[in-house]
Amino acid sequence: MEEKIYTLPQLLLQRKDIKDKIAIREKDYGIWQSYSFYDYFENVKKFALGLASLGLKRGDMVSVIGDNRPQLYWAQMAAICIGGISVPLYQDAIEKELEYILKHSGARFIIAEDQEQVDKMLVLKEKLPNLEFIIYDDPRGMRHYNQPFIKSFIHIQEIGVEFEKDHPEFFENESKKGNIDDICFINYTSGTTGNPKGVVLTHANVVINAKLLSSVEDHRPTDQVMAYLPMAWIGDAIISLIMSLNIGFTVNCPEATATVMHDMREIGPTMILCPPRIWENVLTSVQVKMQDAAWIKQKMYEFFINVAQRVSSRKMKHQSVSLGLQLLYSLGEFFVYGPLRDNLGFGKIRYAYTGGAPLGPEVFQFYRSIGVNLKQIYGLTETSAMCTYQPDKDVKLHTVGKPLPEVEVKISDRGEVLIRSAGLFQGYFKNPEATSETLKDGWLHTGDAGFIDKDKHLVVIDRAKDVSTLADGTIFAPQYIETKLKFSPYIKEAVTLGQEKDYVTTMINIHVDSVGKWAERRTISYTSYTDLAQKPQVYDLIYNEIKKVNASLFEEEQLRNAQIRRFLILHKELDPDDAEITRTRKIRRGFIAEKYADLIEALYSGKEGVEVKTKITYMDGRTANICAFLKIRDVEILTGE
Amino acid sequence: MLECKNVHVSFGILKALNGVSLHIEKGEILAIIGPNGAGKTTMINVISGVYHPTPGRIFFEGKERTSMPPHPVAALGIARTFQNVALFKGMRVLDNIMIGRHLHMRSGFFSQGIYWGFGQKEEIRHREAVERVIDWLEIEHIRKVPAGMLPYGLQKRVELGRALAAEPKLLLLDEPMAGMNLEEKEDIARFIIDANEELGTTIALIEHDMGVVMDISDRVVVLDYGEKIAEGTPEEIKNNEKVIKAYLGTAGRR
Repeated sequence: MEEKIYTLPQLLLQRKDIKDKIAIREKDYGIWQSYSFYDYFENVKKFALGLASLGLKRGDMVSVIGDNRPQLYWAQMAAICIGGISVPLYQDAIEKELEYILKHSGARFIIAEDQEQVDKMLVLKEKLPNLEFIIYDDPRGMRHYNQPFIKSFIHIQEIGVEFEKDHPEFFENESKKGNIDDICFINYTSGTTGNPKGVVLTHANVVINAKLLSSVEDHRPTDQVMAYLPMAWIGDAIISLIMSLNIGFTVNCPEATATVMHDMREIGPTMILCPPRIWENVLTSVQVKMQDAAWIKQKMYEFFINVAQRVSSRKMKHQSVSLGLQLLYSLGEFFVYGPLRDNLGFGKIRYAYTGGAPLGPEVFQFYRSIGVNLKQIYGLTETSAMCTYQPDKDVKLHTVGKPLPEVEVKISDRGEVLIRSAGLFQGYFKNPEATSETLKDGWLHTGDAGFIDKDKHLVVIDRAKDVSTLADGTIFAPQYIETKLKFSPYIKEAVTLGQEKDYVTTMINIHVDSVGKWAERRTISYTSYTDLAQKPQVYDLIYNEIKKVNASLFEEEQLRNAQIRRFLILHKELDPDDAEITRTRKIRRGFIAEKYADLIEALYSGKEGVEVKTKITYMDGRTANICAFLKIRDVEILTGE
Repeated sequence: MLECKNVHVSFGILKALNGVSLHIEKGEILAIIGPNGAGKTTMINVISGVYHPTPGRIFFEGKERTSMPPHPVAALGIARTFQNVALFKGMRVLDNIMIGRHLHMRSGFFSQGIYWGFGQKEEIRHREAVERVIDWLEIEHIRKVPAGMLPYGLQKRVELGRALAAEPKLLLLDEPMAGMNLEEKEDIARFIIDANEELGTTIALIEHDMGVVMDISDRVVVLDYGEKIAEGTPEEIKNNEKVIKAYLGTAGRR
């Protein structure tokens, strides 16, 4: 890139005098509390100086844990400004994971949102020799914590102000000292196998990568974004910390996790990044609400959504749309799409992105058809988030788009996606073996299987190690089938099996909200998740959903034999606390194959059901056993022409 | 802070309270326990002015309180929640809690009607107090939901919010955890302790869950058939013969 690349502290210094532009907002006490870039800078400075007076040195690790709060963003930026490295943590991670990451990174400071997070850290304190200070933001419930190493955010800022009196130039000097090749983030990826790995990223990595996307998309200082995704996720860091300084737009922190959708409506974000599960959940909530709507509304919704689907699929194929259809679409815009977008808080969206995992084409098309400019992006933590994107006029259903400028993508002989770009990470922290396995000759081996289609779009099928064949040689891409299954509002998760087997089977997690509502309307009474899941009527319901998926698999010649022959509904939800899925909801297949070995055996044995007993872990760490008899049902498949 | 001396309450020939004396110290959490029909709720009703003791005397902050209806009692700084949730079901959570502020509102019918000026200023001030309670009880997500649509556990929490919004000196809680699951109980227990320690509210509560009572209260008063049979720290109460007898009955003795 010709233009000069600045480090994050330098970007912040450039904006420090802007008092009339809001940098970050947080809803608190029912009101949006705003902070200008000037306030942002002042808060970062005070906190940074506070950390410095506690003895933070260049290269020290600083962790933050909690929901998205301005204070936690400032804390990260403060640490980075004076040469520290930010190691953000997932706020819902279990103790074992946190312990591993904190030990491995050797963090000296932790900034915790509230009492809950402080308590977690206190449990671990003994085992973490490097941990020196725990700093909390929300004082609620903290009055009895008089350990000398526990400090409040405000206190740190106060000692920062004192420190400045003796060292007036310290902050600016330290901020300018940094080099763009200094490390600023170590983001631990949850990973579907083994321990988390620390992805080392420099200023150059994240700043250049953030700029690349803004260079092809029209991001403006007037944009509004919502910051509600885990701060430990690189996607949030890129948008809420880096792009916001780069472009100068406003970041909005919701009041609480439960109020995100409501707060989103109030803000009306113009740009948003959501992982697929959020798009899926929002769609499910729309579908559930429509089932309760008045007859006339239901009919209108069905009719106009159908119109929208037809228009959008024609547009996507670059075909012309007839005048009549266009007229109907504008009517639909007035009666259905506009109000619906507004209701979901998507009324002002100019750019909506989905990434992190594949999104079902049906869900994708739904949003595009109602006028939300939803686009797939593809990227990994190792590439500082996005490296491909879909240009506005060139959005395709099954692809993740074209490489960003200056990003090279190629496919290896074994069908693996390889990437080379300025955003490539420096390696895994203290893990040279894993680094050398992933980074070869300057190319990142993503571990994803994919191909490049005739329009130069990248298509990602699945994790390379998950793609396999059935006994008869048919390609079996489990995630591809699961994504199709999850389009059903009644299916929350699915695990499909079939590697080197004669046929494909699946284990289903029902969506308890929508199935519960469905059961309620049919006056089917149930006591628990397990009970509901095993109702014969629910089996019938899921049976029909699977038949639909089979029909769509039948349409793709190579996948005809990969239709689902047998299924069962699991007695419990797959849960990251039980290590069955990752925090970002990716299925850990190896673990599941082991844990549910007897279920899988039953699926391939012709039995009509299987007895299970599993240990589940409650939120507070207690465990209990669930016993249930799981039925197995055969599904008919389509054959011939 | 509050002292009840020799309180009697009768309903016809049923003596609900038969000469009970108890005192509540400033800043403590007092639990009132006892088997069903022991007179616990009647005691709370006496303190909050719903029933008048005949005979019996009540002293609040050193001054004797004559028989008075509940609303001047509330004005003295005594707020309460009810055993069966008593919220305005059609009103939003926000408005329900705002009612707790009613006592502190000074603007009259007309200035409220005109709104701009004094009425508006006052509303903003009280709304802030309400928002603090909402934040404190972590019920932001249901701020604008009609109270009647909420699950029971949350309704109880809203009711606690309304009582707290009045900024009472003495808070009376009639079975704040009835019908809750373990997690909800833990939440409410935390709010009660926080209200006591952070806001300095004196609390008297009726509760059946002995685990909770023993954990959070400073002192326990035990009632049985309208009489006080024991009083003391949770530890003392646990080992008190009379209490064990009242709860478990006497077994194995002839």
